[in-house]
Amino acid sequence: MRLTAEEKKMLRGDLGGAVQEALQLQFEVGKFFGAKRFVPVSNVHMMGDIEVMGDSGKSFLERAAQSGAKCRQPTTTNARCIDFAHVEHLKQDANEARKEKELIACLRKMDVITADTCINYQTLYQPHLGEHVAWGDTGTVIYANSVFGARSNFEAGPAALAAGLTGRVPEYGFHLDEHRRGTFQVNLKADLNDLADWGTVGRIVGSGHQDYYAVPVFTGIKRSPTADELKQLGAALASYGSMGMFHMVGVTPEAPTLKAAFGGRKPKEVMTVSNRDIEKVYAGYDKQGNPLNLVVFSGPQQSLLEMKTLADLLNGRRVHPGSQLFITTSNGVKSAARELGYLQKIEASGATVLEGVCFYILQNLPQMRVREGWSNLVTNSAKLANIIGAHKFNTILRRTAECIDIACSGRDVR
Amino acid sequence: MSKSAKAGKTIRVNRAFGDIVEGEALVSTEGFSPRYDLDRWSGLISRPGHALEGHNIKGKILITPSAKGGIAAGWAFYDIQNKGIAPKAFVFGVTNPVMVQGAVFAGITITEGWSSSPYDQIRTGDIVRVDPGKKTLTLVRRGSQ
Repeated sequence: MRLTAEEKKMLRGDLGGAVQEALQLQFEVGKFFGAKRFVPVSNVHMMGDIEVMGDSGKSFLERAAQSGAKCRQPTTTNARCIDFAHVEHLKQDANEARKEKELIACLRKMDVITADTCINYQTLYQPHLGEHVAWGDTGTVIYANSVFGARSNFEAGPAALAAGLTGRVPEYGFHLDEHRRGTFQVNLKADLNDLADWGTVGRIVGSGHQDYYAVPVFTGIKRSPTADELKQLGAALASYGSMGMFHMVGVTPEAPTLKAAFGGRKPKEVMTVSNRDIEKVYAGYDKQGNPLNLVVFSGPQQSLLEMKTLADLLNGRRVHPGSQLFITTSNGVKSAARELGYLQKIEASGATVLEGVCFYILQNLPQMRVREGWSNLVTNSAKLANIIGAHKFNTILRRTAECIDIACSGRDVR
Repeated sequence: MSKSAKAGKTIRVNRAFGDIVEGEALVSTEGFSPRYDLDRWSGLISRPGHALEGHNIKGKILITPSAKGGIAAGWAFYDIQNKGIAPKAFVFGVTNPVMVQGAVFAGITITEGWSSSPYDQIRTGDIVRVDPGKKTLTLVRRGSQ
């Protein structure tokens, strides 16, 4: 890799041990992927919470913070695993909550903005076409690349922090034009009227193409999709397919035409997703004879518009006795929802709204599942339906209004 | 499984990082995620229905076709390394940057891509060697099974 004079200084340790270690990590990763140089980044988004990093990651961060290391570029944090207002209610471990607080203090010491949201692209920062960023949480990366035309690879916690400390990333993957072109075409012949339908498309397309460098090009779109719909599509493509980018002809900035989306190359494959394909996915979920007593809207966190939809759907209704409804969002969105009266409508139903967290990384979730007698988890997020499996939940994907009906009746509507 | 595969048989890998390691192969036909598939307290593959459900990755050379989702791998590899339950190496068909960043951060050997399919030549329990410098995966000897 070609290094600038400043990068050579960093690598020598002239800018401190933490910066040196950070650039060494980035250098090795760059070498692995054949990067020729580093590119500056303007914004960093990192995952760093106690459930994900454990005691060893916390010790690493504490050492870095104690050395006086500071982020050179604005660095925000992804959803964490504890909402401190709900530790007792959820019977989470007080010791882990204390560690999470210490971790937050440590990140702030390094000038990290602990916003704790996985929808930074909706609430915090919207990069422009061609802007290099270093984002973590796969859903944020695929949104940055696809919808904004910004450039980021998946940057895991330590790698994103390294980018924050050095202000750069090795240039490989989606920072390069060659990896941003479409590789296969997906003709959408489905109506896609609910967020869950978009996630289902992500599941169908992602499951069949588990490859970071597979870039689907969607065609046949019947109407302009909303930000929340693209969020669900992207999150599911990244979750099921490990994908970091998609194009949608006439919608996303690097796909004004089909030809532009493929950059002159031919699609390796053309597939179609129909209403029947979508219905088949919904029909494939089975409650296995167990109660439908847990409904979750999370993964990604809810936007203000989604909060309004949920408030409208829940207005005057009550969560079924013995059932629980969880909604996760950011502190900013929750505050706005309170101002607007959406939060009160949601909470009056008996639902729990958690801030700054994502459901699937909640501290103590496996113990919570056993204690609460949860077997099934109903959600409108295809991503959540995928990733929560590690905690031994049986998941059931349903459309948004159906999820609310299940929460209020305890019965599947299908 | 090819019966002709013998000890000393070498597969080339496309990209590699880390120290030379030798150990027992754990061969999966299914992709891997430390977030979705692994119990990060025991090292057991815990996701119901995973091709390796019930196997432990500790000290193994994990051969798997692909990486699945999940930014959390970056911290998870460091976490399992510090808990003493990390594998000796990850040998991926295709991977994503998270796995590489995580492995480099944790100091675990990792490779991507192969010149010929290891599934025809290596089975779980065989002793294999990964040499990142030479970019090779070698069958050292057959396992006892």
